[in-house]
Amino acid sequence: MRGLAAAHPELAVDVEARVVSRAGGTRPGKVGLVSGGGSGHEPLHAGFVGHGMLDAAACGAVFTSPVPDQVLAATRAASGGAGVLHVVKNYTGDVLNFRMAAELADDDDVEVATVLVDDDVAVTDSTYTAGRRGTGATLFVEKVVGAAAEEDLALAELAALGREVVERSRSFGVALSPCTTPGSDKPGFDLPAGEMELGIGIHGEPGRERVPLATSREIAAIAVGAIADDAPVGGEELLVLVNGAGGTPLLELQVLAGDVHAELQGRGARVVRMLVGNHVTSLEMAGAMVSVCRLDERLLRLWDAPVATPALRWGR
Amino acid sequence: MSAVAREALDAAAAREWLRGFAAAVAERSGELTDLDRPVGDSDHGVNLRRGTEAVLAALDADGAGGAGGADGTPGQVLGAAGRTLVSTVGGASGPLFGTALRRAGKALGEVPAADAAQVAAALRAALEGVVRLGEARVGDATMVDALDPAVAAFERAAQEGAPLPRAARAAAGAAAEGAASTVPLVARKGRASYLGPRSRGHLDPGARSVELLLTALADALGADALDARAGEGA
Repeated sequence: MRGLAAAHPELAVDVEARVVSRAGGTRPGKVGLVSGGGSGHEPLHAGFVGHGMLDAAACGAVFTSPVPDQVLAATRAASGGAGVLHVVKNYTGDVLNFRMAAELADDDDVEVATVLVDDDVAVTDSTYTAGRRGTGATLFVEKVVGAAAEEDLALAELAALGREVVERSRSFGVALSPCTTPGSDKPGFDLPAGEMELGIGIHGEPGRERVPLATSREIAAIAVGAIADDAPVGGEELLVLVNGAGGTPLLELQVLAGDVHAELQGRGARVVRMLVGNHVTSLEMAGAMVSVCRLDERLLRLWDAPVATPALRWGR
Repeated sequence: MSAVAREALDAAAAREWLRGFAAAVAERSGELTDLDRPVGDSDHGVNLRRGTEAVLAALDADGAGGAGGADGTPGQVLGAAGRTLVSTVGGASGPLFGTALRRAGKALGEVPAADAAQVAAALRAALEGVVRLGEARVGDATMVDALDPAVAAFERAAQEGAPLPRAARAAAGAAAEGAASTVPLVARKGRASYLGPRSRGHLDPGARSVELLLTALADALGADALDARAGEGA
């Protein structure tokens, strides 16, 4: 965090509370956008604080959601009087801590709304379970809703927009090697060379299935197939994120991106925007996640809107 | 571990309970994290230990509690510890274990020394708080699978007139059985649920921590001393 502060004087970094916010605070009248979660996913979330995205981020311990006090501190830092929107990845810990923080913020008379991100098709959704994980679509929500917040949309409209982005987004991830949570002396799972783990999350937790290592083209077909089985992509205009897990070289991600693009086109989809890189990571895990969002004119405009954060920056 | 069987849970016993739980978590932090590896993200022991160490530090800093003194009420001691867990652990364990202690503390109210029926009511309140927050039920392969039967066992023992330490030992035993019962289950809540059928065959780490918590309660109340005395009498 000290490194982030050193490189980005435009950010206010509270090393003690582990909260990152915009140095100038939130402009009065603008809804504050707050996210957060466990660390180990860098640049998510602190790297997305800045114009056009988040107003503040709360950074928990590695792979552990921030505590309510941290989320409350981020909420206060992001409050410009027009309410605060929490963008929460759907994990039990994140949901519980943000819920407790929202109740505390209510005591402060800060109005809070929440968007829950649950885009991972590897988890079978059911009303009886914790539901799907939040993964790559978190970036879509933070970017699109962040752009809309700069245009002074009201809290309820931003929450609805965020939910629409989630509804239009799907993700699927593959791991080629595991990662080791600090404090633990072993990796999150043992993965022999020559095998890969399908349907992984972003915490080094095992996936749903283990299969022999496949080529980039085959991985693209598996990931896109899993996504398309859940929400058809044919005829859609797509925003695509080919996201590295942290330990896969950009060169290999670009190979995969090419194959994902071809696979989607083969299914009749039109890829109108593509982002390739390590944006939502899992420490040193090798692997990648494919996220897609079905765009319309408005979402495309908000995606293209200027953004100036440590990790995402264009059009300004 | 208390060398004498206690007839009531007072503030000193509550502090001893928390110290015992912290010691158990410190000792078994690696085991808890190992349990979390196949079904979660390999950090349960590390996270819980961060919280129980903060609870210990608070007990030490608090003058009355530092020396294991009897100041305050057991409800205050448990409530403060619960708030510390919520503020330090993070993840799902922080809110859930923290809420359990906060609710237990609140249920005890101002009583200076809680009898078996009052402790039973406090444990019931803890369970209800956890269920409300986590929305898990028995059979979901979570901490509720240990806590629910433990509370029931405590209530049963208390109703049958068992001394407080023995009721706590019964609860600890039921928690252990409940934790073991999570092994064949497919997790439906918490991070293990992402694995689907692959979550089968693993003991839920949160359930194991509940077992440690209730074992620490039985130890703090001197259940073993009571058993030893019963043995001598026979």
